[in-house]
Amino acid sequence: MSSAPAPADPVKPALLTLAEVIKTFGGLTAVNRVSFAVDEGTVVGLIGPNGAGKTTVFNLITGNYQPDRGDISFAGRRLNGLRTHRIIMLGIARTFQNIRLFQQLTALENVLAGCHYRMRGGILSAMLNLPAQRRVEGQAIEQALQALEFVGLTQQVFTAAKNLSYGNQRRLEIARALATQPRLLILDEPAGGMNEQETEALIGLIEQIRARGITILLIEHDMRLVMRACDKLVVLEYGGKIAEGSPERVRADPRVIEAYLGTEEDA
Amino acid sequence: MKPRPEVLGAGAFVALMAVAPLFLNAYQVDVLNSIGLYALLGLSLNLILGEAGLFNMGHAAFYAMGAYTAAILNTRYQIPILWTLPLSGAVAGAFALAVARPVVHLRGDYLLIVTIGVGEIVRIALVNDVFGITGGANGIFGIGRPRVFGYVIRRPEQFFYLIWGFVALSIFLFLRLKKSRFGRALNYLREDEVAAEGSGIDTAYYKLAAFGLGAAWAGMAGTLFAAKMTIISPESFSFWESVVLFMIVILGGAGSIAGVLLAAFLVVGLPEVFREFAGARMLVFGLVMMVMMIFRPQGLLPARGRRFPWVASAGALKQ
Repeated sequence: MSSAPAPADPVKPALLTLAEVIKTFGGLTAVNRVSFAVDEGTVVGLIGPNGAGKTTVFNLITGNYQPDRGDISFAGRRLNGLRTHRIIMLGIARTFQNIRLFQQLTALENVLAGCHYRMRGGILSAMLNLPAQRRVEGQAIEQALQALEFVGLTQQVFTAAKNLSYGNQRRLEIARALATQPRLLILDEPAGGMNEQETEALIGLIEQIRARGITILLIEHDMRLVMRACDKLVVLEYGGKIAEGSPERVRADPRVIEAYLGTEEDA
Repeated sequence: MKPRPEVLGAGAFVALMAVAPLFLNAYQVDVLNSIGLYALLGLSLNLILGEAGLFNMGHAAFYAMGAYTAAILNTRYQIPILWTLPLSGAVAGAFALAVARPVVHLRGDYLLIVTIGVGEIVRIALVNDVFGITGGANGIFGIGRPRVFGYVIRRPEQFFYLIWGFVALSIFLFLRLKKSRFGRALNYLREDEVAAEGSGIDTAYYKLAAFGLGAAWAGMAGTLFAAKMTIISPESFSFWESVVLFMIVILGGAGSIAGVLLAAFLVVGLPEVFREFAGARMLVFGLVMMVMMIFRPQGLLPARGRRFPWVASAGALKQ
């Protein structure tokens, strides 16, 4: 685990790399030759108008879709062709644009899902309730509770996910993702549907996650959050990358202003 | 510490069941034995349908595999019927894995249709006397009586303790399973497959595991059924059996062990109580299911969240 969020080292290979990735659905090219890199310890924002292909890029990274062409690699390993749970095990965790929690289950049970792959034990050891089984369960619950505490859900440990407030559901999703102990955390519109206060708290949470040495890649429409939280922005439009760089540079890029920010900044 | 109401309820139920044969006649005990077998089958289907949310309406096929395995081994090779339990379970489980593997990625209603097909294929294969070992439409008769520690089990009240003992053991094991990583993984599947896979859970593996384990348990229930009846035939494993089992799980509350027990009593027991209205049985079943879906879709005794006693006390300290 890396320590402080050091500035990107030019010699060190990036944690996540997309190279000339193409994904088409029927006649529609959703992602068109997109390349970018995410350096370890940074926060990278993926922005662009609706339908630009941002979520598709996320789904390609986590193996929900397979790219038609191009390579995606993470920590020196090619991700193409791997199933989603294998990619999660390599150290990528994600949240979803439309919150996908296990609605009927409690917050704790939700977070335990993230601990699952690091635990051992199958049908037999569960039925026999072996000491090793109990120890593993205890450790997982411990870690899950820590994740819940980290996102500020100590009071809601036994609340069913469906009964949590919208903001807390987003937090719970982050806790579940963190429980997988990722190196890279992918957040799909984490501030979506949040009010100003909740967004403010979320920015704080992102800072805290980053301080733990976890790299973050996020999609977000809230420009305040993007400008404050991200070290680098990648801008997509119609499936292609139109700009990449520091928030200041991207903000000043005429193509970006035309495509996206021009209308947003007036608001 | 005050015992929780469901613990008291469970204790009362166990006590009542333990002495029930002393107060009931042979026919009534036999009805309880039927209920026990359906409870066992319901519990096994509950793993697949209730816990993992996989729509399986061909459960009778696995039940049949177990029953026929036991009957064939017993009548042809004189293997004591109860000794065939593990093998019946293994055969039914292996069969389930083989048929589920290519179709388990199907969702909801599609899986339902395929499993109906599997159930029918097995039943028709049995009627047609495949490999010349199933006895065709007449089935297999002359299955030996089970022996437990030298006692031959023959009378209904003896079967009562055998069957309900197995139910109790199953509940004990399934409760442990429910509390484990395995049990939770099945629930994650049911709640949101994409999120489960996205949390690092091998959903394909757990779907198959749910099918395999549920089918193996149904196969063992089949052995008990063969032992109790001493004669089995394909008509005991019809599509209707699969429907009844599906109903037991949905009516009781998907994922709820207590719910499955209650529903087994209602679905199997009530028709015996109201025998004179047997003609209206389908009508009543249909009506009940409709009313349930409208007013109580979660089932009679819906599953409750897992408790983690020592976490609860640790959490209380923080609050």
